[in-house]
Amino acid sequence: MLNFVVRRLVSTIPVMVFVALFVFSLIYFAPGDPAALIAGDQASAAEIERIRLSLGLDRPFFLRFFGWLGDVLQGDLGVSVFSQLPVTTLIGQRLEPTLSLMVMTVVLSVTIAVPLGVVAAARQGTWIDRFVMTFAVIGFSVPVFVIGYILSYVFAIRLNLLPVQGYSPLAEGFWPFLKSLLLPSVALSGVYVALIARITRTSMIEVLSQDYIRTARAKGLGQGPILFVHALKNASVPIITVIGIGISLLIGGAVVTETVFAIPGIGRLVVDAILRRDYPVIQGVVLLFSLGYVLINLCIDLIYTLLDPRVRY
Amino acid sequence: MDTPTQALPPLPDLFPPQPRRGKVRRLIVQHPSIVIGGSLLVLIILLAIFANWLGTVDPYKIAPAKRNRLPSMDFWFGTDTLGRDIYSRVLYGGRVSLFVGVSVAFLATVLGLVTGLIAGAYRRLDAIIMRLMDGLMSIPPILLAIALVAAIGGSVLNVILAITMAEFPRMSRIVRGVVLSVREQPFIDGAIAAGSTMPKIIIRHILPNIMGPIIVQATYICSAAMITEAALSFIGAGTPPSIPSWGGIMNEGRMLWQIKPYIILFPAVFLSVTVLAVNLLGDGLRDALDPRSATRL
Repeated sequence: MLNFVVRRLVSTIPVMVFVALFVFSLIYFAPGDPAALIAGDQASAAEIERIRLSLGLDRPFFLRFFGWLGDVLQGDLGVSVFSQLPVTTLIGQRLEPTLSLMVMTVVLSVTIAVPLGVVAAARQGTWIDRFVMTFAVIGFSVPVFVIGYILSYVFAIRLNLLPVQGYSPLAEGFWPFLKSLLLPSVALSGVYVALIARITRTSMIEVLSQDYIRTARAKGLGQGPILFVHALKNASVPIITVIGIGISLLIGGAVVTETVFAIPGIGRLVVDAILRRDYPVIQGVVLLFSLGYVLINLCIDLIYTLLDPRVRY
Repeated sequence: MDTPTQALPPLPDLFPPQPRRGKVRRLIVQHPSIVIGGSLLVLIILLAIFANWLGTVDPYKIAPAKRNRLPSMDFWFGTDTLGRDIYSRVLYGGRVSLFVGVSVAFLATVLGLVTGLIAGAYRRLDAIIMRLMDGLMSIPPILLAIALVAAIGGSVLNVILAITMAEFPRMSRIVRGVVLSVREQPFIDGAIAAGSTMPKIIIRHILPNIMGPIIVQATYICSAAMITEAALSFIGAGTPPSIPSWGGIMNEGRMLWQIKPYIILFPAVFLSVTVLAVNLLGDGLRDALDPRSATRL
């Protein structure tokens, strides 16, 4: 057990080193002089030189990489070229809306998707099953920004029930906060619900054909306890894995959702950074999101190794 | 007089000749999603290819006097803030989405095949290649594409390359997985015993066995690539705004969408229907090529 935990922990190190190397070398993928690129078209030669020195671009690549990695490990992601503020400060300011959006989406999606998948599996082949599967295909196909605009048009503009755009921080009251995030998180749930519902159905169909389910039925248990206690518990490993892997879709979706609903989160930060070619900010955000994604999946792996004795690697 | 043999009723025709329409009908009955998805996709491809002859006008032509027109007989989908005909822009925009989707699917398949086959066939390179894939997959695809496009600039080619980088690790994983399971089969041992070399085994024996999952995965990559391309253009980090694309039209319609929702509506519908068509095709192919696997990751 301890052996596995240690191995799993160690295995994330090469992955994160690769991500760091990729993020760091981003500016080298660009054709031309990185310093001139960051400085912009109107920069003077002196200004380009200043940026070159401040980024240490005059030093060899790997020397700079390890210097940068050292800074990152100490929590220093560099300084924004545009606002001259530390990247960590900028990300810190934007963390609340993005985290709230994602947590709300995960909670909403799991509550909707898991029962949908369970019911589809229990009624396999009936119209309920077909309805859930059709819903899943549509969820996979309609992009998050399209769902966002449709929802916003119907519920905010036509019915006037919810705010059209914007974000209300939690500090300014729970109800405005919830209302401002409801449409964005429903929009963002689309693809995530589809993913989770589909894997839940597949995993449940597999489990429902097992002998112990027949035994449970034979001893007179009702459909409810069989499905949600006996079967779902045993079908949960693939479902939880997909919930973790799906976070990657959610992060990409959050960037787009924040643009649709004008939410001042990390997604907006990175979009604005691209338009301004603010590389330190782009690097910081990609690094942070990837780290978050890897850590969440690490936790999930570790948790169900502890919970489910069948899982051994 | 008739002989008794002549009085016998004719034998029923046990093997009636298959009517020619039977094949098509069977395909529709057994795999409706292939037929529906395929027909929708063909329709959209035709719309994009023959955009010039479908009542379109120059999609770049700016006409300030005619800006922000509602959909009408003259402008089927209305006009945008610069007076450009949205119907024409949507039809021409389909070319970008379809081209990016197909190109990424093709490139990601080739890259995934090469890396996956090498990883599956040569154990020594396996660990290195798979760690690289793990690294690439730990960066969320849209974010990876955004970062790459931000660095290398937003041309159609660069968008294709960036999305390919984000999508091919999944293909590589799948190819490797199938190779690893196929190479355990006795006929591979047989081929090795018969003196076959590894490259020959890959081409002769392994490749034909992994075509099914690869084709299915390629359709999913195609649909994911179209969504990512539209998302990139929508946030203003994709193909240059001068080329009409579905995401780009939506980006331009963003400022006005509360009063002129139709600017966003038409490209949104086209994008969603196209992605739906490709996904239906992929699901149908998956069921047709491998009835056992019902999962999609």
